[in-house]
This record gives sequence, structure tokens and C-alpha cells, in this order.
Amino acid sequence: MEKTLNLTLKVWKQNGPREKGRFETYKVSNISVDSSFLEMMDILNEQLINEGKEPVAFDHDCREGICGMCSLYINGRPHGPDDDITTCQLHMRKFKDGETIIIEPWRSAGFPVIKDLIVDRTAFDKIIAAGGYVSVNTGGVPDANALPIPKPDADEAMDAASCIGCGACVAACKNGSAMLFVSAKVSQLALLPQGRVEAARRAKNMVARMDELGFGNCTNTGACEVECPKGISLSNISRLNREFLTAKIKD
Amino acid sequence: MSSLLCSSIGKKLLMGLSGLFLMIFLLVHLGVNALLLVPDGGELFNAGAHFMATNPAVKIMEPILGLGFLVHIVYGVVLTLQNRKARGSAQYASGKKTKGVTWASQNMLVLGITILAFLVLHIAHFWVKMKVTGSDLLEHVTINIGGVPTEVENAYALVNATFSELWIVLVYVVAGIGLAIHLSHGFWSSFQSIGFSNNLWRKRLTTTGQVYAWFVGLGFALIALLQYLFFQA
Ligand code: HEM
Ligand code: SF4
Ligand code: FES
Repeated sequence: MEKTLNLTLKVWKQNGPREKGRFETYKVSNISVDSSFLEMMDILNEQLINEGKEPVAFDHDCREGICGMCSLYINGRPHGPDDDITTCQLHMRKFKDGETIIIEPWRSAGFPVIKDLIVDRTAFDKIIAAGGYVSVNTGGVPDANALPIPKPDADEAMDAASCIGCGACVAACKNGSAMLFVSAKVSQLALLPQGRVEAARRAKNMVARMDELGFGNCTNTGACEVECPKGISLSNISRLNREFLTAKIKD
Repeated sequence: MSSLLCSSIGKKLLMGLSGLFLMIFLLVHLGVNALLLVPDGGELFNAGAHFMATNPAVKIMEPILGLGFLVHIVYGVVLTLQNRKARGSAQYASGKKTKGVTWASQNMLVLGITILAFLVLHIAHFWVKMKVTGSDLLEHVTINIGGVPTEVENAYALVNATFSELWIVLVYVVAGIGLAIHLSHGFWSSFQSIGFSNNLWRKRLTTTGQVYAWFVGLGFALIALLQYLFFQA
């Protein structure tokens, strides 16, 4: 027989950015341990709609760990009680029957709550718009081997590029710092010849935007790295510091 | 330049550089203090103190050291206040269960203020008496420095008398441990802040940092303790 769970959920409800929020308590029963956390949330919402109540608003899209839309601070950790996964990849087998699960939005001044569990992460888009790209001059496609790239650099760039912009790093940080995110975005391009051309300008502009938006200063606690679903390394932050400082000193 | 020092990373550069500078100073200071453990009635320590008091390089470094402390403290407070604001006032009801984050890294200001409180006492006990008010204990003695009889202040007598009081020694022990914890995170953090770290160096720096932090922190504490236990007349 399939194992199922009966759970108590304490969920943050907030009508709008300026409203005062509160916790609501809900019960869900017969949740399969094989279902995902977001499926459990779907079951809760279906139940609420059937009761004529307002469903809980939460972010999600791909549900396979690649888009970075899902968030949720679950029982004391961003993306819940498992390592290197997003909330949509979290399984209900990580919970015990009868458990109370506390579900909160990301909390940081840079990510204000829009409604319930949804926070406004456009600050990340603004940082990307400040330089997180390579300006493309279209032309013929270059030969595959025309630009040799050392394997360690390619690997590190790929690791940095796996950041999905979910914001768990900010949510976990006692300083509300976005340095892990920004450092991943700067590193993935700075390590490759195509991105190297604009590296100095990119580092300066993205950090300036990050500061302007009110994110905190990194004190190297490393909570971000522990909670990042993609295992983005703190070494990227040191690289960002290096890129930024050398760019500024050259000016 | 000003835009560099207004940026988050620029402020952390100052924090890291001032921290590194203070850590070098601590090594020198510990080296001189170690002379307190030479059982020669304080001659070698007095010679060391005399050198530190008269050497022109040390004279130049003294105001720079003061500036280093000032920058470190002011920026430490500014950064911490900015970070509290960036974090916002809303707390997590389910707490913070992230594992593998050191306590030291999250309490650098508290640890720094502990060090600062000690520093005020320390300066009142020694620096003020030696440079400003003077003290009967500092009466001049004649010692041999490299075969030359030299008249020097008896700094050893002042130190020895100060460390005859148990409460002062206990304050030194607590401050030494606080310093060790501050530096157990601060050492590697300063290198990370100035951009000198990667996956390999992080391991080296955190290990070296632990050794440095506890060597220095416990070193100061131990010297005070040994003075109290074994060097009283
Ligand atoms: C001899 C004494 C001291 C030494 C050797 C020392 C050393 C250090 C080092 C190496 C760091 C790491 C810097 C970085 O992360 O880049 C640090 C951070 C810090 N120190 Fe000190 N420190 C001392 C005294 C103090 C005092 C008196 C305060 C008083 C407020 C203080 C407050 C802080 C704070 C708040 C940080 C964290 C700053 C941040 O990461 O943003 N420290 N210290
Ligand atoms: S660094 Fe990690 S935690 Fe931060 S946004 Fe990217 S994937 Fe999410
Ligand atoms: S919904 Fe896309 S990563 Fe979770």
C-alpha cells in the first residue's frame, strides 16, 4: 500500500504589498509520499477552492528545477529540508506523518512580498539588465575550435551558469546580500573569451546596480552556498571581488 | 576612487585590508609579549619595550595603527548597519536551520565590540600610563643592551603588577578567546574580500586561519595567565 501523510500547514497569507500578513493554519490529508511539495500545495489549493476559500498564491513554472520561479522558505530553510534542490524538486517523503510545516516567503528588503508566498524578484532582472549579457554583433558562425578554452575554465563557467536566479541565496543571507547571484552571473561570462571583452564594464555596472537596489554587503558567512539549489560556489564571490576591484583600480 | 570606496565591494576591501593589517600588528605584539615569559626579571622584555618606544619605524606606525583600528571599527559598524537594513525587519517564524554556517561569521560585530571593550581597558592600563600619565612602577632601571648599559623604563614592573590582579587576567583570557573567534572567521574572510581566494585557497586559508586565530588569541591569554601564576614576587 502506498504511504500517505496527514499534515498541518502554517502558511503565510498577505493580501498585498502594503497589507499586514499573518499565518493561516490548514490541514491536508492522504498526501502521497511520492508527490512533490508543489503538488501538495496544489492539493491544498484545490481543497480551498472547493471550500469557497481563496487559494494560496505561490510562484512556480517549469517544475523541474530549471526556471528558478519556485521559492518558499520551508521549516527554516529556503527550498526546504533537502540539499541542492529547488522547491519543485522537493519530495513529500522528506516529511513525517503528522508534522507541522511552516511555509513562508523569501524575506529580504530587496524582495518585497507581492501576495502570500510570492515575492517581487524584479531586482534580479534589473541587475542582469545592467550588464549580465554579451553584446552580440551578428556575423558568420565561427568554427567550433577557433577559440580554444581550457577545460577547467569551461567547467567553472558552466558551473556558474547553472544559477537559475531563484534568490535562495538572498533569502538565506543574514545581510540580504545578492553577491552569490551576481558573482555567478559575472563569472560565467568572465571565464570565457566571448564574455571577457566586456568583463570590466559588466562587473562595475552589475555591482553598482546591486548596491543601488539596496542589497547588503557580503560578510562571507556562506549560508548562500549551502542553500543554493545549484551548488554555486563562494569562489565566484572572490572572483567577482577580483574583477570589480581590478576594473575600478584601472579606471 | 571615491566611487570605489562607496561601493559594497570597496568597503569590504577596506575592511579586509584593515583586518589584515591588524593581524600583522598582533603577531608583532605577541612576539614582544612572549619576552615576558623569559625568566630574567624582565630585562629582555624591557629591552624589547625600549626598542619599540624609541625606534623611528615604530613611531611612524603608531598613528597608522590607530587609523587602521578606526577604519576597521567605523566600516565594521557601517557595514553591519547597512546589512541589517538590507535584510529587513521581517523575521522567519520557522527560524534559520541552514547548517554549516559558523557562529563567528554571523557575530563579527558582537565579537568586535568585545575586543573594543578590552582595548579600552588595555590602553588605559598600559599605553596611557607609559605615554601620558606615567607611573611610579616605571622608574628607570639600567640594563645591558648588546653590552651597552642603557637606562630604560621598567615596563616589566608595570606589566607584572597589572597581571597580579586576577580580574584583569580573567578579562585578558575572555578577550583572547573573543579575538580567536573573531579571527577564526576573519582571517580567511579578509582574503576572500580582497579577491584572493578560490576553491583550493579557501581550504588553505580556512585551515591557516584557524591555526593563526587560536595561536594569537590563546597566546595573549596564556601570557597573562602565566604572569599571574608563576611570575609574581
Ligand atoms: C586587533 C583587533 C582586530 C583584528 C585583528 C580584526 C580582524 C578582522 C578581520 C581580518 C576581519 C575580516 C575582514 C573581511 O571580512 O574582509 C574582520 C571583520 C570584522 N571586524 Fe574585526 N578585527 C579586530 C577588531 C575589531 C573591532 C575592535 C571591531 C569593532 C567594531 C571589529 C569589527 C569587525 C566587524 C563588524 C567585521 C565584519 C565586517 C564584514 O565582514 O563586513 N573588529 N576583523
Ligand atoms: S546563486 Fe543559487 S541560490 Fe542564488 S539565485 Fe542562483 S541558483 Fe538561486
Ligand atoms: S518551478 Fe522552475 S525551478 Fe522550480
